[in-house]
Amino acid sequence: MQTTSDEALIGRIAAGDKLAMQVLFARHHVRVYRFVLRFVGEPSRAEDLISDVFLDVWRQADKFEARSQVSTWLLAIARFKALSALRRRPDEELDDETAQAIEDQSDDPEVAMQKKDTSAVLRQCMTKLSAEHREIIDLVYYHEKSVEEVAKIVGVPENTVKTRMFYARKRLGELLKAAGVERGWP
Amino acid sequence: MNTMFKNKAAEREEIEALLPWHAAGTLSRREADMVERALATDAGLAAQYETIREDLAETIVANESLGAPSARAMQRLMADIEADVSTARRVRSSFNLGEWLSDRLSSFSPRTLAWSGTAAALAIVLQAGLLAGMFVSERQGGVYGTAAGTDSYRSVNISEVAPATYAYLSFKPQATSAEITKFLATYKIAMVEGPSGDGVYTVRLAMTGMPKEDLARTVKKLQDESVVRFIGPKAAE
Repeated sequence: MQTTSDEALIGRIAAGDKLAMQVLFARHHVRVYRFVLRFVGEPSRAEDLISDVFLDVWRQADKFEARSQVSTWLLAIARFKALSALRRRPDEELDDETAQAIEDQSDDPEVAMQKKDTSAVLRQCMTKLSAEHREIIDLVYYHEKSVEEVAKIVGVPENTVKTRMFYARKRLGELLKAAGVERGWP
Repeated sequence: MNTMFKNKAAEREEIEALLPWHAAGTLSRREADMVERALATDAGLAAQYETIREDLAETIVANESLGAPSARAMQRLMADIEADVSTARRVRSSFNLGEWLSDRLSSFSPRTLAWSGTAAALAIVLQAGLLAGMFVSERQGGVYGTAAGTDSYRSVNISEVAPATYAYLSFKPQATSAEITKFLATYKIAMVEGPSGDGVYTVRLAMTGMPKEDLARTVKKLQDESVVRFIGPKAAE
């Protein structure tokens, strides 16, 4: 069975097709939500933001030029909206605490280590990365974005993307080492 | 020999940087082949690649544990779209001064316009009309909206929306209409009246009354914009 491409859906949305909008939303809203949630930390706020993201898609579908994947465009809009929302509340920063607040369900590294659950230690250490490092890891591993697409979403040169990813991995290795997990690198 | 060694080191670094994308399967065929060849012969890179695969797996688990949004998000979106469509219909059925003037101007021959003493005046009126038409969409419920086309702009009758927050605003002579449009859209400012003889417009800054401190802060921020010559709060009527 062949599914309608995202690009075709955008074309139909540009023509005012609300059903196409619902299909696009169903296809992407969970990933966009999780991406936004990393920034804002509050599920209800993240829900409001994804509605805004897709409303922008509804309004600007006729301007989409397919220079990037639709999912890349969605994440770029989502990132912009999440950062704007944080700017409107200057007391909140996109920091480690925000990231930890949304996924601090596993044991802390030492406890987890005692339980010899390396996977849990790894996930816990991920929450201790800076927002910048965490974002790039999510974009590459979870959202499956290429170097070029990450560059478009984050708005930095491709070489910076590679360097940032390298240092994110390095930092993660250091955090694991501190938690007692030696992986041989860095 | 030294150069060859440096090239080798640089090539290894490049491949090392690409490992995460190789694990995610987002490299081009050519890059993926290059990484595969290096992994087959470089034990250090292969060991790193294994840790990357672990990281990737745990990143997916961590993200999947974040849950999903409730149905509210979709309901809100569809309600917003419905409101958007209704607004667009209203705008289409309403009189558009800018369009009307544009039509009238295009019906004159260039010669007529060139020799007509009213041409310049019409052009100024047209610009004012277009500016007055540049309003950020107001969705029902006063939620955030972004301008994305003429359909989403509409004019506002000052008495319809009171109590709102208004200000007097004039633009620098060198500000282009594109810059002004962008400025108005960025701050969701609606032009209500003007320009007066000295080029001052009455604008709406917010749909609701703003506290004094917020208004002062907003006015100060807008004053720093490159297109703004003057902005001052308008006393509530």
